[in-house]
Amino acid sequence: MNRKQLITAFLKFLPEEAVLYEVEDLRPYECDALSAYRQLPMIVVLPRTEAEIATILQVCHAGQVPVVARGSGTGLAGGALPHAEGVLLSLARLNRILDIDPAACSARVQPGVRNLAISEAAASYGMYYAPDPSSQIACSIGGNVAENSGGVHCLKYGLTVHNILRLRVLTIEGDVLEIGADALDSPGFDLLALMTGSEGMLGIVTEITVKLLPKPETVKLVMAVFDDISKAGDAVANVIQAGIIPAGMEMMDKITIHAVEDFVHAGYDLEGAAILLCESDGMAEEVADEIKQIQTILQASGAVRISLARDEAERQLFWAGRKAAFPAAGRVSPDYYCMDGTIPRKHLAHVLEQIEQLSAEYGLRCMNVFHAGDGNLHPLILYDANQPGELEKAEAFGARILEICIQSGGSLTGEHGVGIEKLNQMCLQFNDAERDLFHAVKAAFDPQSLLNPGKAIPELHRCAEFGAMHVHQGAEKFPDIPRF
Amino acid sequence: MQDQAILDQLIQAVTAAAEHKQALCIRGSGSKDFYGNPQALQLPALNTATWQGIVDYEPSELVVTARAGTPLAELEKLLHDHGQMLAFEPPYFNASATLGGCIAAGLSGPRRAYTGAVRDYVLGIKLLDGQGRILSFGGRVMKNVAGYDVSRLMAGAMGTLGVLLEVSLKVLPRPAVERTLCIQTDMLQAIETMRRCAAEPLPVSATCFHENQLYVRLSGAESAVRTAHARLGGDQIKDKESHEENLWESIRNHTHPFFQQGKLNGKSLWRLSVKSTTSPLSLPGEQLIEWGGALRWLVTDKDTDAAVIRTHAADAGGHATLFHGNKTITPVFHPLSPALLKIHQRLKQQFDPTGILNPQRLYTEF
Ligand SMILES: Cc1cc2nc3c(=O)[nH]c(=O)nc-3n(C[C@H](O)[C@H](O)[C@H](O)COP(=O)(O)OP(=O)(O)OC[C@H]3O[C@@H](n4cnc5c(N)ncnc54)[C@H](O)[C@@H]3O)c2cc1C
Repeated sequence: MNRKQLITAFLKFLPEEAVLYEVEDLRPYECDALSAYRQLPMIVVLPRTEAEIATILQVCHAGQVPVVARGSGTGLAGGALPHAEGVLLSLARLNRILDIDPAACSARVQPGVRNLAISEAAASYGMYYAPDPSSQIACSIGGNVAENSGGVHCLKYGLTVHNILRLRVLTIEGDVLEIGADALDSPGFDLLALMTGSEGMLGIVTEITVKLLPKPETVKLVMAVFDDISKAGDAVANVIQAGIIPAGMEMMDKITIHAVEDFVHAGYDLEGAAILLCESDGMAEEVADEIKQIQTILQASGAVRISLARDEAERQLFWAGRKAAFPAAGRVSPDYYCMDGTIPRKHLAHVLEQIEQLSAEYGLRCMNVFHAGDGNLHPLILYDANQPGELEKAEAFGARILEICIQSGGSLTGEHGVGIEKLNQMCLQFNDAERDLFHAVKAAFDPQSLLNPGKAIPELHRCAEFGAMHVHQGAEKFPDIPRF
Repeated sequence: MQDQAILDQLIQAVTAAAEHKQALCIRGSGSKDFYGNPQALQLPALNTATWQGIVDYEPSELVVTARAGTPLAELEKLLHDHGQMLAFEPPYFNASATLGGCIAAGLSGPRRAYTGAVRDYVLGIKLLDGQGRILSFGGRVMKNVAGYDVSRLMAGAMGTLGVLLEVSLKVLPRPAVERTLCIQTDMLQAIETMRRCAAEPLPVSATCFHENQLYVRLSGAESAVRTAHARLGGDQIKDKESHEENLWESIRNHTHPFFQQGKLNGKSLWRLSVKSTTSPLSLPGEQLIEWGGALRWLVTDKDTDAAVIRTHAADAGGHATLFHGNKTITPVFHPLSPALLKIHQRLKQQFDPTGILNPQRLYTEF
């Protein structure tokens, strides 16, 4: 089906303003938050209802046209990067909260609803939606499901996969899948887990039922400063070893502390090698006890300064720095490249050391923010895209970081997804039989590979080529791949 | 036998089965032989209990990795010794239960409504697919979105997608204090109280209603438990009071008299998983409620119409499983919609092309 035929087909059931095809109208959709990759789609469609989505998919299926779903476009891995010969399906207009059921602690929402909007709507019932990605004012819940997004509170409250009950999904073949239930489980395979984090490759999510939690009565935040980052790492282990699961446990390294302090003036100690933020929530008595315990442990772990946020305003201020890490990176450098590796926590000091060496090797600065509780590292590589070759250097640096994460027994992505960005590293983390099975899973939902083709799971030949240019580390990992 | 030899034997058994299209019944200790459609039990067994042992455990990482044949009791003992636990309180049904069976059955105990299910704690899996290939998914870290979440897909798949070899689980610290309260009430009021418990930030870790008694377990810091008790009221029961063993253990492992009578001749035991706020279900027989109202157990006459029970469950936003009863007549698991069945069959085809792993154990269609 060519572009003209498609446009005609869409205009039969969509209003004119919901079908975009002029270059200037397509431009805003050419990338997500990984702006180094850009591609204009053939057409953008902006449906308002599930029925319209169903018809769009029908047209695309009949014409064998690729479809890329897009929520708010805040993805950091190029997952929503358009396909040159495809349709970009924006879910942004499906932005209604359909139902809040405070008795059952759940909310039924459309995919384009912003993450924060759910908590705002639930606030009048004293409830909230727990996963809180830093991008929560902008990112869509549909995108969160597609990426299995997390936030600073997911150590205690879980990721997206732990906080959703039910999905309505349209397959490219025209089936409606009711996945999960209002009950706590459902019969058959756990397709709810399989859909979560599937990066728009298996189906289009058209409705989501999320869990709501009662807001904690009391929240307190402790900030600890360390003169040595490995001591901060040990402190994290010590807190957990003592049987405490803090509501949040976040770490920043020296260069991050400086960058954010300049930006938000949170009163961070500029002498510190690392700052650890440790939050406790729950009933007043329990929080008071836990905070006391945490302070003692941090002290014993060698913190040089410990401050308890005096009030809510100061708590927000302490957090402000951590939450502004990305924009602060954008302020100290024309461009930054955000990585998302996970590691067993015990390797933190060693991994940071290696990153520092690479930073010197590539001549690029790197800020490290760390979801310390669950071992999710976000190195922010600072570069200038206007300097010839710097982007390539930043990418090479980032790739090396991911390889270090994989080698230390971790993963190349904790919450941002593979998208288009980390396809090569997928060749290192999984062998060809495993990747083969991933393709098989996709085929079960989308036999013709029309949904977001080319993302998330690398093709066999790509890994063979990557292996060839990467022999020094990859050789023993896939000697059996056919080379062509 | 050497480790490698045990593993080779498993691989060989699966490869040979695939080659000769001779289906197998994957079996750990047999503690859950009763669970699922019985047809597969007639098949030659693939014994996984020999593939056992803790592979890695670091308490401060909150992660444990063990082979699938590891006795659940051994694993829980190890965690207990380090002040930690499996937060989903898996039922054993038999002291010999293995980790692999626990994951494959996907069942969770009393704590489930408050801390999550088996699948919520699965971080990584190593499995043998239907072609005898060893495949690893997920890992030993808390967060991992590389590739599809095949690990969690194994929880509750009843072994139909692969032979589990190794599992990595997130573990949690054991609460400092536990206390169980008992409140006299009727079923309607009990459901309402359970709902209130969920809507307030209280340290509730289990609820159960049976014979006009609502039991609420509180777990957490001493101060939290004390305050919550004061708010909820009710009498504290002693650990060993209501039955010979701990109340929650007896609900978890179905040794409680309610469940025992469900195994009697002439009776069936149904598990109805429904929206928590569902009002009392009017079905013939006796009920026990768990999970804040979201789990309704029903002991009823064998000839109570299965279709009626399943309609009630579906109308309440859920599904019904035949736990004990005449499984040759009534399929154990709630039927799937045609669209979902299609996806299930295709996934099965991809993981196990010759259909040799626990065929029909989950659904007779595959
Ligand atoms: C400043 C900043 C901070 C961030 N902080 C965090 C953080 O703390 N934690 C975190 O996890 N992430 C974070 N992110 C990443 C990003 O916000 C998340 O991945 C988010 O979930 C993406 O949502 P979105 O609506 O923007 O999705 P998009 O970028 O539009 O799409 C993401 C993927 O989802 C697919 N998709 C979208 N909607 C649907 C649907 N309805 N059905 C099927 N597939 C769909 C797309 O095809 C694409 O593959 C951050 C990003 C930025 C820019």
